[in-house]
Amino acid sequence: MILAILGATRGMGRALARQAAERGDTLVLLGRDLDELARSAADLRIRSGGRAEVRVVRADLDDIGTLAPGVEAAFAAFGRIDAVVVTAGLFGTQDALEADPAFAARLLTVNLSHTVVFCEAARQRLLAQGGGTLCVFSSVAGDRGRKPVGIYGASKAGLSHYLESLDHKYRAAGLVTICVKPGFVKTGMTAGLKPPPFAGEPDGVAKSVLRAIDRGQPVLYTPAMWALVMAVIRRLPRFVMRKVGF
Amino acid sequence: MNRTAAPAEPSKKAPEGTLSGWGRIPLPGSERFGEDLEGLSASADLCRGLGRSYGDSSLPARPTDRVVNTVLADRLLSFDPASGRVRAEAGFSVRELYRVFLKQGWFTPVTPGTSFVTLGGMVASDVHGKNHHSAGTIGRHITALRVRVADGRVIDCSPQQEPELFWGTIGGMGLTGHVLEVELQLEAVPSPWILQESERIPNIDSFLERLEATAHDWPMTVGWIDCVTQGPSLGRGLLMCGRWARPEEAPKAFPRQLPRLKLPFVLPDFVLGPLSVRAFNTAFYWKHIPQKKRGIVHPETYFYPLDAILDWNKAYGKRGFTQYQAVLPKDNARRSARAFLELLTREGGASFLCVIKDCGPEGSGLLSFPRPGVSVALDIKMTDRTQHLIDALNAFVIAEGGRIYLTKDQLTRPEDLRRMEPRLDRFTALRRKWDPQLRIRSAQSVRLLGDPPLPETTP
Repeated sequence: MILAILGATRGMGRALARQAAERGDTLVLLGRDLDELARSAADLRIRSGGRAEVRVVRADLDDIGTLAPGVEAAFAAFGRIDAVVVTAGLFGTQDALEADPAFAARLLTVNLSHTVVFCEAARQRLLAQGGGTLCVFSSVAGDRGRKPVGIYGASKAGLSHYLESLDHKYRAAGLVTICVKPGFVKTGMTAGLKPPPFAGEPDGVAKSVLRAIDRGQPVLYTPAMWALVMAVIRRLPRFVMRKVGF
Repeated sequence: MNRTAAPAEPSKKAPEGTLSGWGRIPLPGSERFGEDLEGLSASADLCRGLGRSYGDSSLPARPTDRVVNTVLADRLLSFDPASGRVRAEAGFSVRELYRVFLKQGWFTPVTPGTSFVTLGGMVASDVHGKNHHSAGTIGRHITALRVRVADGRVIDCSPQQEPELFWGTIGGMGLTGHVLEVELQLEAVPSPWILQESERIPNIDSFLERLEATAHDWPMTVGWIDCVTQGPSLGRGLLMCGRWARPEEAPKAFPRQLPRLKLPFVLPDFVLGPLSVRAFNTAFYWKHIPQKKRGIVHPETYFYPLDAILDWNKAYGKRGFTQYQAVLPKDNARRSARAFLELLTREGGASFLCVIKDCGPEGSGLLSFPRPGVSVALDIKMTDRTQHLIDALNAFVIAEGGRIYLTKDQLTRPEDLRRMEPRLDRFTALRRKWDPQLRIRSAQSVRLLGDPPLPETTP
């Protein structure tokens, strides 16, 4: 399988790329910093025992002009891509985002507008080659308006919404869209936060995401326990949500 | 083939707002995690990895000190499959090295008794293993380091380039600078399995004899001692010799990853009390019914028996524990090893686990622990008497001309360390050369090396 991953240098993207490389997949890594990408590419080649072919392409979610060309270059690297994966995104605590409107605007732009622009370019290329998978990391934070993740959650709610529509509209044409909704996962992104119960590890998430890609599962909660947690949270009445801290 | 290991986990969470080493004795402080070690290290006072050092060597001197955890900086940067030379970020663990490289026919030439250790941690402690008599410490196999020194510069060093900084950092407890990248010469192994021969040994004198005799034929040897039994059987135990199995001796299959258990809670204090320790030691000795056994063993079982229980350090109860490891010089090893055990039993220091190993030549690391002689390591549960016991053992080690392993230490007094470490002044001079204020420090360096108070830090 040929995978293109935007966000493979860190966190869940790094774990996913490693497992893919170790099982023999071919990879195109997209990201903002070519040096960082080169270091990750070396890591993946060594971990695969030298078997994995890995290329790197610059694409920066902060810079809209790099997105479509990045997708073009990724598809050109090996002639086709079986699955495009987006794990990149910004995170900020609600306090930090409320205190800094410029940061809030940037987070909304990166996580929603620019991610959608990137996905649109990927969608067109995937459909043009006759189909493929688009697997994008949204978040459980997008499932319900909640106190600690209002603004971040809004960016992910928009993204989940968009991904669901793609799945409805294009699955018949061969485009499989997967919306990954990680719960709390212990990565560099969440390093300053206190892990709640059911916090996951990047390796566990990566394993379930690869399985979802292989199966074409449209929505994946991971770790699996979060499907249950969110099923409850989605059903809580408003007067409860106003009272509780999550 | 592509079994995915659970990630190497930092040591089990200390109470909120504290950090602790493997002995579970917490100090106030917090740590930052991140993939960008080079960036994070720029303002760090101390770096730590998987937190397997027992005492306070990876803990902050002050609660506000900036501690960076390296475990997310775990990328392999280069590997030459012809020579076996590998370069990685400092947070890369032996657990991962085992998983990635053993199936490619390579392994680290030196491993400590846990795989939950980062390359950076191995360098800082200049770790040794069962093959110390034949392979030396890890420092002998490190070919280059990239270090962030206190003034912010990033220095590449090796035995040829900035050798002083290099050999000071090997075994330097992370105090000379923050290790960012490590280059290591791996060892080619003939198979992924271990051939082990184990032998029941009746007392401490035969133990030293057999350790010395087997050292010629076996690259790896280690002894487990029953330090409860006294009298003529004092120091009886099991000697385990091993080497990598040759392909024709080894099973065809690659060794499957062994399951790991978790201790769900801290065991109550009586579990590892004197009675159970005695029962365990006796059973372990007599379980080995034939005098000698020989066979193929799983490499994880051989190298990392305790890793099978993920957080075995919880077994020592609420107050935590410390480990004591000292090396006694070769000249008098036989007499002093016996005297050491006699002192230990007299002081009531019965240990669940007591490990004995003969050491080869001293390494080049400025503060490297092993030296020719015999090393004894034991776990000691924290009680009101523990400080007294450590003091008594240290007095003995000083009299014998031996020294202790800083990576295990929690309770040694600075004046005692000074008496056993003539190398301290050179080490401090080297630190001052790169870090005049001794800004890079740990709770241990303040406690043991007497780092002077710092002026208020500017953020």
